Amino acid sequence: MNTRYTRTAMSLHWLIAIAIFGTFALGTYMADLRISPTMLKLYSWHKWAGVTIFVLVVARLAWRLGHPPPALPAHMPPLERLAAHAGHLALYGLMFVIPVSGWLMSSALGFQTVWFGVLPLPDLVAKDAALGDLLQQVHLVLNYMLLVLVVMHVAAALKHHFINRDDVLLRMLPQVRKTSPGVSATGVSEK
Amino acid sequence: MIKTTMSRKLAIGAMAMLMAWTAQAVEYDRIDPAESRIDFGFKQMGVGMDGRFDKFAVTLQFDPAKPEAARAVLELQVDSVDTGSVEGNEEVKGKLWFDAANHPLARFEAKGLKALGDGRFELSGDLTIKGRTKPVLASLSYVPDGARARIEGSFPMKRSDFGVGEGEWADFGLVADEIEIRFKMLALAAGQ
Repeated sequence: MNTRYTRTAMSLHWLIAIAIFGTFALGTYMADLRISPTMLKLYSWHKWAGVTIFVLVVARLAWRLGHPPPALPAHMPPLERLAAHAGHLALYGLMFVIPVSGWLMSSALGFQTVWFGVLPLPDLVAKDAALGDLLQQVHLVLNYMLLVLVVMHVAAALKHHFINRDDVLLRMLPQVRKTSPGVSATGVSEK
Repeated sequence: MIKTTMSRKLAIGAMAMLMAWTAQAVEYDRIDPAESRIDFGFKQMGVGMDGRFDKFAVTLQFDPAKPEAARAVLELQVDSVDTGSVEGNEEVKGKLWFDAANHPLARFEAKGLKALGDGRFELSGDLTIKGRTKPVLASLSYVPDGARARIEGSFPMKRSDFGVGEGEWADFGLVADEIEIRFKMLALAAGQ
């Protein structure tokens, strides 16, 4: 059994992480802007980024189906394992649902999503101001949930690395050349 | 039984002919504002957007048999614009767009109407927005319905011709220069 994530899984993980960080920050910033050319551009970029993240997440899930992730370290008690699986499931769910909520919200508010200004996404809901406001709230709440989960995700990874001293964090990081095979198998506990 | 059906058919036929004849002779002199609308379409960063104007008035003199004698003037209140969002509406009333405070009305005055046959016409006229006048050419269709008629058409215009969206908004990559104006009017015949 592989003890590390594949290069593709790592690339997708970090690419999506950076994209979500940027898109989240952009969304938070642009929400308070008054109408201007810059504001319209930022909204479009945010929507393009959201669609891109969605596509990357779908690719990541597809890859994961054919390449199961390495097993959790043996020392983890059942409750921690359950929490880890539930947390990852929730992260995937939110990464999938948040772009969809943004897409539907845009349609309801009357602004179709056209990916990079080229590929139009169909409007699955008709223009409806009340529905648009509701979906905006949904998009916001889902993002706050994601924020909480990401903080927990990072905290858990750091706990594994610095407290449990296992390889959970390292196996998602590109391998350093000089690392001996022994270290990659048992993590930093060798130190 | 068959006879009644026959005579009914005849009566309907006669009525239809009569109506067609009255429609021929009819002159439309106003529109029904509740059944008429002016919409516009444009592209914003590649996204097709729609909007409309809610308040406008039309004076009309139109006999489809005498298109050369047709007269039409349309005046619309630019502050009745609906771009699809509250912020958008407030923005386009401003100085850089319609400058509604100084130019509250946009105006179209028909200068010529040419019958193309089959209920289609070519309408030429002068469009004035924000104090600037340009000639425009619209194609329109005319569908009579008794004492009323549906008149629908559209024409392309460039917002830059009228200084609509100046300064920071002059970037056509953001809001396209080309705007399509679409109108649907329900014309009413004189004396109706």
